[in-house]
Amino acid sequence: MNKRYVIYLSIFIALVLEVIPMPLDVAMYRPDWLLLVLVYWNIALPQRVNLGLAFACGVILDILLGHSLGLNSLALVVVIYISSLHYQRLRNYSVWQQMVLLGLLTALYNLIIFWLQHWLTNVYFQFSYFWPIVTTVFLWPWLFWILRKIRRQMGLS
Amino acid sequence: MKPIFNRGPTLESRLFIVVVLSLGLLISDGLYGVFKPLRSLLTTLVSPVQYIASLPAVFLDASTDRIISQEQLITENEALIQQLVILQADNQRYQSLQAENEQLRKLLDAPIQTNLPKKVAELMAVDNNPYSLQVLINKGSINGVFNTQPVIDDQGVVGQIVDVAQTTSRVLLVSDLSHAIPVRILRNNLRLIANGSGELNLLNIKHVPHSADVAEGDILITSGLGNVFPEGYPVAVISQIKRDEGRPFAMVKATPLARLDRLRYLLLLGQQEMPLAPLNATENRVIKGDINE
Repeated sequence: MNKRYVIYLSIFIALVLEVIPMPLDVAMYRPDWLLLVLVYWNIALPQRVNLGLAFACGVILDILLGHSLGLNSLALVVVIYISSLHYQRLRNYSVWQQMVLLGLLTALYNLIIFWLQHWLTNVYFQFSYFWPIVTTVFLWPWLFWILRKIRRQMGLS
Repeated sequence: MKPIFNRGPTLESRLFIVVVLSLGLLISDGLYGVFKPLRSLLTTLVSPVQYIASLPAVFLDASTDRIISQEQLITENEALIQQLVILQADNQRYQSLQAENEQLRKLLDAPIQTNLPKKVAELMAVDNNPYSLQVLINKGSINGVFNTQPVIDDQGVVGQIVDVAQTTSRVLLVSDLSHAIPVRILRNNLRLIANGSGELNLLNIKHVPHSADVAEGDILITSGLGNVFPEGYPVAVISQIKRDEGRPFAMVKATPLARLDRLRYLLLLGQQEMPLAPLNATENRVIKGDINE
């Protein structure tokens, strides 16, 4: 029971990494940490980490980034729902196949956010908005192995 | 497939609830700004995350400040002293010019400008948001920061405060898409509005007639209209004018004078109760007790 703090700690660190100041040139490559961490925990422990937690984390991320509330939570919830439906399949894929699927999920996440932003504030499209997809995809294997090691060591279920 | 949730709502109904909640939040906050007053409380709740996120930058800054050679410090010191001497000499003239200006305005019965209190703030973080240009500063409601307070740097207008938390607040830059600032051209007092473009160093001046007297290189200063920005602060310089007769208006672009990509120390102007618009001369005299009724 008290070992669940590891999940929340990893989410906290993901939130910190989402807002940590970076030089302007590097900042557009910032991966979607929160999405990665939530998708991993959702695949590994679907009962513990699911839509409710995704919604709450999305609202917190909105507050941190200064977006209108509900933006990130809507995008996160859609993605977590998809990964929740297929969690068993996702677990059994090799890491490379998971990377491809995660690329699609991140693309969907970023696309939903862009659509909502466009609806609210009329931003126009720039390709550099989608660099985070690339960095997120390449970050997935690392995160998967680290979080899996932590999960096994702490014996989380 | 075995359902994930044996007790409580199924996955689909959870999704429905959460999506409806998200859309509700989006509509109420995004379109109607319902949660704006609650924002400061919410931001204070998540401030531990921001605090920890800003720590590496703070450590790096502190260590680079310490690890600086004495020779560098000496040259920097000399340059600063020289600059200070020049500025103080200019300041002597400023006092007399200000007194003369007040006298002239009284004679013409024109509104008198009061001296605005200023507060220095330091940049904490640039917002990680490609869609909205905002920065975070280290002064909040306990320092007297209020919503729509104007923010300037040493070169020009930076933007206005949009979000106030206890110890931090958010500044919306002039070049953000949703920002517009009333300006006038220094040379001929033509009134215009400078809209943000979404790009950091570009402002769009919309609705400029083809026959308007604008020239490249014209300096735009705040006109004071709209009661947000006080009058007379430099905003931008016109960089490009395209007069295409096929379009109803000329396309005018301007570059902000403030160094928006190199912000460090910012000045916050004004106080909450103090009116930014100048008082009428007779009103001012009544307050000062000049008029004998």
